[in-house]
Amino acid sequence: MTVLFGIFLLTLLVVVAIGIVRTGNLFTAVMLTGIFSLLMAANFFVLDAADVALTEAAVGAGISTVLLLGGLALVPGRERNRRRLHGLALGIVSLITLMVVYATFEKPRLGDPSAPVHQHVAPWYLEQTPILVGIPNVVTAVLGTFRGYDTLGEVIVVFTAGIGVLFLLGLPGAIGSRKTEEVQPGNSYLGHHLIPQIVGTLLIPFILLFALYVQFHGEYGPGGGFQAGAIFAAGMILYSLIAGEREALQVITPRVLIGLMASGALLFGGVGIVSMLLGGNFLDYNMLADNPVAGQQWGILIIELGVGITVTGVLLAVYHAFAARGR
Amino acid sequence: MELLGLFNYWVFAVLLMVGFYAVIAKTNMVKKLLGLSIFQGAVFLLYITMDKVDGGTAPIIQPGVVDAIYSNPLPQVLILTAIVVGISTTALGLALIVRIYEAYGTIEEDETQRLDIE
Amino acid sequence: MSIASQLPALQIVVPLLVAPLTVLLRGSGLAWAAATAASAMAFAIAVALTLTALDGATISYDMGGWPAPYGIELRLDAFSALLLLLTTGASTLSLLGARDSIAELMGESREPLFYAAWLVALAGLCGIAITGDAFNVFVFMEISSLATYVLIAAGPDRRALTAAFKYLIMGTVGATFYLIGVGLVYMMTGTLNFADMEARLAEVDEVRPIVVAAGFITIGLALKAAIFPLHVWLPNAYSSAPNLVTVFIAACSTKVALYVLLRFDFFVFHGNLVGHAFQFSSFLAPLAVLGILVGSAVAVVESNVKRLLAYSSVAQLGYILLGASFGDLAGMTAAITLMFNHGLAKGALFMAIAALAMHTRGHTLADLSGAARQMPWTAAALVIAGASLIGIPGTAGFISKWLLLQAALQQGPLGVVAAVAVVAGSLAALAYVWRIIEPLYFGTAEGSTAGGSTAVYTATPPLLLLALWLAAGANVYFGLIPAVPVSLSELAAAELLGHLR
Repeated sequence: MTVLFGIFLLTLLVVVAIGIVRTGNLFTAVMLTGIFSLLMAANFFVLDAADVALTEAAVGAGISTVLLLGGLALVPGRERNRRRLHGLALGIVSLITLMVVYATFEKPRLGDPSAPVHQHVAPWYLEQTPILVGIPNVVTAVLGTFRGYDTLGEVIVVFTAGIGVLFLLGLPGAIGSRKTEEVQPGNSYLGHHLIPQIVGTLLIPFILLFALYVQFHGEYGPGGGFQAGAIFAAGMILYSLIAGEREALQVITPRVLIGLMASGALLFGGVGIVSMLLGGNFLDYNMLADNPVAGQQWGILIIELGVGITVTGVLLAVYHAFAARGR
Repeated sequence: MELLGLFNYWVFAVLLMVGFYAVIAKTNMVKKLLGLSIFQGAVFLLYITMDKVDGGTAPIIQPGVVDAIYSNPLPQVLILTAIVVGISTTALGLALIVRIYEAYGTIEEDETQRLDIE
Repeated sequence: MSIASQLPALQIVVPLLVAPLTVLLRGSGLAWAAATAASAMAFAIAVALTLTALDGATISYDMGGWPAPYGIELRLDAFSALLLLLTTGASTLSLLGARDSIAELMGESREPLFYAAWLVALAGLCGIAITGDAFNVFVFMEISSLATYVLIAAGPDRRALTAAFKYLIMGTVGATFYLIGVGLVYMMTGTLNFADMEARLAEVDEVRPIVVAAGFITIGLALKAAIFPLHVWLPNAYSSAPNLVTVFIAACSTKVALYVLLRFDFFVFHGNLVGHAFQFSSFLAPLAVLGILVGSAVAVVESNVKRLLAYSSVAQLGYILLGASFGDLAGMTAAITLMFNHGLAKGALFMAIAALAMHTRGHTLADLSGAARQMPWTAAALVIAGASLIGIPGTAGFISKWLLLQAALQQGPLGVVAAVAVVAGSLAALAYVWRIIEPLYFGTAEGSTAGGSTAVYTATPPLLLLALWLAAGANVYFGLIPAVPVSLSELAAAELLGHLR
């Protein structure tokens, strides 16, 4: 059954990908990209990667689609001068594909428990997480502490994307010369549609609550700062679609957004600095409490919060940068 | 399972091909960016395919359950990072496209090149 | 724990965490001051780390206190110390000179974002140079790349936007190729730590995925390092970025990608793949020679100074690759010394152009006409840096060219071909550097330049002049007393080649 479902999902993925490349309408292409991500998320779930599935659904299918639509509103929606087929590109691409297929025949088969990846490093994580960190979700443990330095880097990547977009597009009230008051007031996106407006208004509190749940439940189930930040930002984006761009900018002001962007990363880095000052290595949470396991749990809780704050700040700021540019 | 395993790798190869083709062959910048996301999505699939273990479940340890088989957490962590890197790149690229359209009046790469030469 | 033992982490943490602080700063000049101070501190840390590395010691630092391969290991040896020194030095000097021209280029509210992006780029490059973990390289590569796209897009005209977009596409493709390669190696070994990978690869029987991984990693990093013929993003990016940004990225960013390429190939693949060393050489050596010849030829006819120097970089990357492709101690030492010395020379040259551009407003050779009369100090520094690029005795460039020629002549008949290419490239360098110097000193100042009506500054900002002369001075200093870079390079080359079995 799983096999059949897997093959069905994978085949759909290929079909959708070809659709994205072939369509001349960019709006269609963006919507198909959202579907692509959702299929990908389902596929990850089939492959037992719940955390990744949640992230792909929230970030890839959700936020990414919204941002692409926001960007698309500012540029032409149709592809010009479409060529039939690009021979050289096809040649290069086929060569690379052949390389990959060549490699597959000696790869370990899917699900083989004796594959090298399941023999080294990973078993240690599965064994030691309950002892050293004491939380059930091993993905969160690896993300938060064993490879916490990568995660700090990831937060900085998000932060950089945020400052990059704000640098390029400006944000009324903070970056560039426009003020928040110059942004058009009112609800031009969903304003004329009664049903989405009422349903949306009802949904927003639950979305925000769910974000908090995902944030703080990440140690026990799938979830964590990235997913929570994306969901929280999605809730606020829905608010700005219903209430209007200027109104949303007045609820969480641009200065606050920039503060959130920076403070999450600083909170994360701060944990590292504190553990240094307490005599450990950078990001060594063992130092944070008398009991190392408690220290680890505190550390993960705080850095996940930092991740959530920066991701929320960046995604919202980036959305507003696109949305306010056109209004 | 055998078949699904190889099928996963082949879909990875095909998606890689489709995405990379769009990146090289398309002149429209939004299309290039979307091609890039397909390209990156293919790599996510490669990594996540590795993490599967027969009869396993997501690596969330259940208290009191012994002998449970869990999938490999490490590729999942890596791909969580890569997904976030991917959206960061998309957002930045999109902001560049918006600015390029404002400056050139087009988002077709060949046309911007022609405008630069003039 | 003492401060000294925390230095490897602080090297990255200082710029990485000052960046978000910078965003919160307001007011003109404050963000610049914060960024410059953080960069200077990073430079001081790099100097301290270099002193330890000069003893031939390798420092290992466990991030989060978790031992490798379970945690991420920072690993500092002579090669990474050299890169750190170059990167932090280039960043500090260009930031020192950047204040006035950047303030003029953008509004006050954008300045903190710009300097934050700069620090992030610096932290990313340092992070790549110091890590011992293959996936961590990817994360920091993306950190530095995203920040660099922003820095390039800050350029004064619209070409900066298309250049940044092109770089974004090609850079992401390169990084994703790298990610595929790392994934395949991980699949066969179960580890991400370089040292652990090397050890475990020896036991892998099925080499097909590894061979494919080596291909993906080499191509991906070659794209990032702008190795001919994958250099197409480089001239546009260098020529349209803000002048001081060009100084920074031209001095170090391609070298850091090249560093990862060498490290990955030698640490992980060379010992474990039969015939890989030979394939590596026979694949890269012709590309290197072609890169030298094509890059130099284009530079000789190019009329935009920044593009001219950018194509010269394509040629210089060819020299570095050529040295590395010899696969022996002399060649590798030459290559690594070249990385450092070319960074010095090209950085100083672009900095001189930046200073000149504050007056001339243009980047064509004709715009420079007669500028030496108004700006004698700047012009003199440019001459020194140009001499170093050509490889005239007494400058740093001479040391590395000399090492490279010696290494080439040890290689037998094919080495002579390489040596001829090196000499031809140097003659071309003489020609294109002269094409800059000639109008500068002997051109007749004309129109607006002479009148000075369009120039905002009557004199080069003193800080920029100071930075420029420090850079030019470094070219002379390391030409006369080359002990530090050369012994670091020798140690690094021995370390890399020690992985050959």
